Amino acid sequence: MSANSDGGRRPAKPSAGTGVNGLLEPHAMGTSPARMDGAAKIMGTAPYAFEHRFERPVYLHPVQSTIARGRITRIDSRAAESAEGVIAVVTHESAPRLASAENKELWVLQSDEVHFRGQFIAAVIAESPEAAHQAADLVGVEYEAAPHDVSLSVARKDLYAPKTVNAGYPTDTEEGDAEAAFAAAAVKVDATYTTPMEHNSPMEPHTTVALWQPPKLTLFDSTQSVHSVRTTVAKTLGLQVDQIRVISPYVGGGFGSKGEPHAHNILAVLAALRAPGRAVKLALTRQQMFCLAGYRTPTIQRFRLGAARDGQLTSIIHDVVELTSRFREFAEQTAVPTRLMYASPNRRTRHRLAALDLPKPSWMRAPGETPGMFAGEVAMDELAAACGLDPIELRVRNEPARDPESGKPWGNRHLVECLREGARRFSWDQRDPKPRQRIEAGWLLGSGVASSTYPRYILPGSRAAIRLGGEGRYVVRIGAADLGTGTWTTLTQIAADALGCPIDAVKLEIGDTELPNATVAGGSSGISSWGCAIVAAARELRRVHGSRPPPGAEASAETPKDADDNRLAQHSFGAQFAEVRVNAETGEVRLSRMLGVFSAGRIINPRLARSQFIGGMTMGLSMALHEESVIDERFGHVINHDFAGYHIAVNADVANLDAVWLDEVDDRSNPMGSRGIGEIGIVGAAAAIANAVYHATGKRVRDLPITPDKLLV
Amino acid sequence: MKTSITLRVDGEQRSLAIDTRTTLLDALREHLGVTSAKKGCDHGQCGACTVLLDGRRVTTCLCLAVACDGATITTAQGLATGGTLHPVQQAFLEHDALQCGYCTPGQVCSAVAMIEEARAGDPSFVTEGLTAPAELSDEEIRERMSGNLCRCGAYVNIVAAIREAMGQGVRS
Repeated sequence: MSANSDGGRRPAKPSAGTGVNGLLEPHAMGTSPARMDGAAKIMGTAPYAFEHRFERPVYLHPVQSTIARGRITRIDSRAAESAEGVIAVVTHESAPRLASAENKELWVLQSDEVHFRGQFIAAVIAESPEAAHQAADLVGVEYEAAPHDVSLSVARKDLYAPKTVNAGYPTDTEEGDAEAAFAAAAVKVDATYTTPMEHNSPMEPHTTVALWQPPKLTLFDSTQSVHSVRTTVAKTLGLQVDQIRVISPYVGGGFGSKGEPHAHNILAVLAALRAPGRAVKLALTRQQMFCLAGYRTPTIQRFRLGAARDGQLTSIIHDVVELTSRFREFAEQTAVPTRLMYASPNRRTRHRLAALDLPKPSWMRAPGETPGMFAGEVAMDELAAACGLDPIELRVRNEPARDPESGKPWGNRHLVECLREGARRFSWDQRDPKPRQRIEAGWLLGSGVASSTYPRYILPGSRAAIRLGGEGRYVVRIGAADLGTGTWTTLTQIAADALGCPIDAVKLEIGDTELPNATVAGGSSGISSWGCAIVAAARELRRVHGSRPPPGAEASAETPKDADDNRLAQHSFGAQFAEVRVNAETGEVRLSRMLGVFSAGRIINPRLARSQFIGGMTMGLSMALHEESVIDERFGHVINHDFAGYHIAVNADVANLDAVWLDEVDDRSNPMGSRGIGEIGIVGAAAAIANAVYHATGKRVRDLPITPDKLLV
Repeated sequence: MKTSITLRVDGEQRSLAIDTRTTLLDALREHLGVTSAKKGCDHGQCGACTVLLDGRRVTTCLCLAVACDGATITTAQGLATGGTLHPVQQAFLEHDALQCGYCTPGQVCSAVAMIEEARAGDPSFVTEGLTAPAELSDEEIRERMSGNLCRCGAYVNIVAAIREAMGQGVRS
């Protein structure tokens, strides 16, 4: 058991009265049962998408484009078709026709056009993976290549403002006269920060096994949302939703990249239509995941802060340039956190996009907040240095009483408490603020701090059904997902409290479209959205059947509409502290200590929650020091497209890293008193490390990742 | 071309006729239905496919099945006997040393073998000197477990789990 269940020391009491839905009494919630799917996963017997048992399966191996833009002029699959073990080759000339071209990412094998290097242009179905792989190499392709453009820069003349940015936020906002206030400011920070292209890289590759038994299509998928896979596949193929079943009980990580269906889902289905009655197995290779499963856009962020000498902000300007694919837009909401973090009478945020001949960027853990808070929180550190202020004190002085842009009251803002609690635990008061003061055995030592934040989302549309089985166990059914997030365990705890029973009297069923509709495990909204549906269903069961329902009693309900959604600004907050060692000779950066303090409402399961927080922080460390997808502009693809070239943090990169949280209950958020925790752990982590590197070395690195070369110049 | 081989997998003798191109990982997963070893990269870069082969940890995606004829293989599934978790596995559960679980069987096999390697005196990159026996400090555990990637970021819990299992005198 972790030592973290004590949480922080702040005795936050729920405010008087209960939220709209009434708070659950916590009995199972707040305790730390071990991960319920843990033993099966530790033995390796929990079946991931590729691992379900299939009678005589066949294997699919894709052929990918070797140009980044142009047309296929000839495709010759004869040699592949006659290779041993090959069942069929599908190309744009032979593939079944799709019904909807609305989502160009899913318009697979429907035309001769090539939009990016690595696009699916054919696929081989064969009796064995080896035969499929070898035959894929035999498909001959000729192209008419067009010049491609994959260079992101602020100097581009064709940068454009999207209609909105991800999650429906406005592209630009402005309060007051930010430019004039910045020009007149006594203290200024004006710097450009960059974050590279980054890939989600879950350990389990994106997988779809498609079985077409007309008129039924069954997909064993690795997804964060079985229901959205079903809806999207139905629409794209022109099938009825009830013809399709999607099954996904265990998911080997996603971090956003399995939040929406990608081209491989459709490719597997097209192949399945060609091989009725046979399960068609497709798992992307690790290399293919670097062009076919989404990624985080690189960002170029100019951040300007104007302040009085005492650190009071007078102007905040955040201008973001990032990319989208030319064939389908995705606009990361990078400047959105800047709209709420600190008080200032003048503020401007902007997003501009370059549309390039690259695969489509998509969600990666805390899209928007992760790159945006890197820039913003390093800029705040620069301002603290410019004002001669402690970076925590600077943040405290700029704490907004209300949400700056909307003027709404905060649902539950405890940023300052997180900063102070972290400072106490991290012995921040013993820190000499001057940079480059400590050197031990050739290593420069420094520490840094940054804030984190993430919105509290509850998505509408989930439904839970509860039935009291004959053996006295409640069967709780909802098509939710567990991608390592702990859903199997935490939803069981919530259901137990909602039903007033012990957790072993609950049998949870998730990960299947045969179950009632569930919204995506994304935006840290899963447990809140699904939990609300379960609580509503339990209350409905009580309402109809009383407090002692008879065996066979059942009820179902949807996630209720949230009355506070538009009245309050509801966000989680946190503070990240990092201590690094930088080798004075080589510029190597090693993390020696890291602490996150979070305010996220009630923590449903402390043991599992800590894993979520430290997991996010570890990914943030990886972002700070290691991760960078490098585009070869000559060919338009990621050249370091595997784990040898794209380094993610390994065990040896992580040292003393821990997370704690304030002991609180957010009675305005939902009946559990919780907010989501899947993403906030990564937010601000890279900034805390970058600020620690500055403190250690006196060098301000504004371009991630912080590799030795940047410290040696 | 197919060749007949025999493998002893988790205590069970298995015979199969296998394509000479088939990796040990695919032989286990696609031919024998043993899916405890996971495919994360197929290039020996992630460690998810780690098993114990004749007692040593190997990445099965880099082994051709035909070259392993007669080998004894233990997967994480086989480490648990009669449904009882191996002490390293039990410690993983207690310390929540996993999230999505996809790297976990490989981590467990790697940990069990790693403890044995250290006991046998094998040095690592961070071991002082090459002759003295290696004390499994946290730094040593981290170094020796760095061939097993975990994108969920459970490393600190993995180290804690291994430390606890060692405290109970765990041997492979």
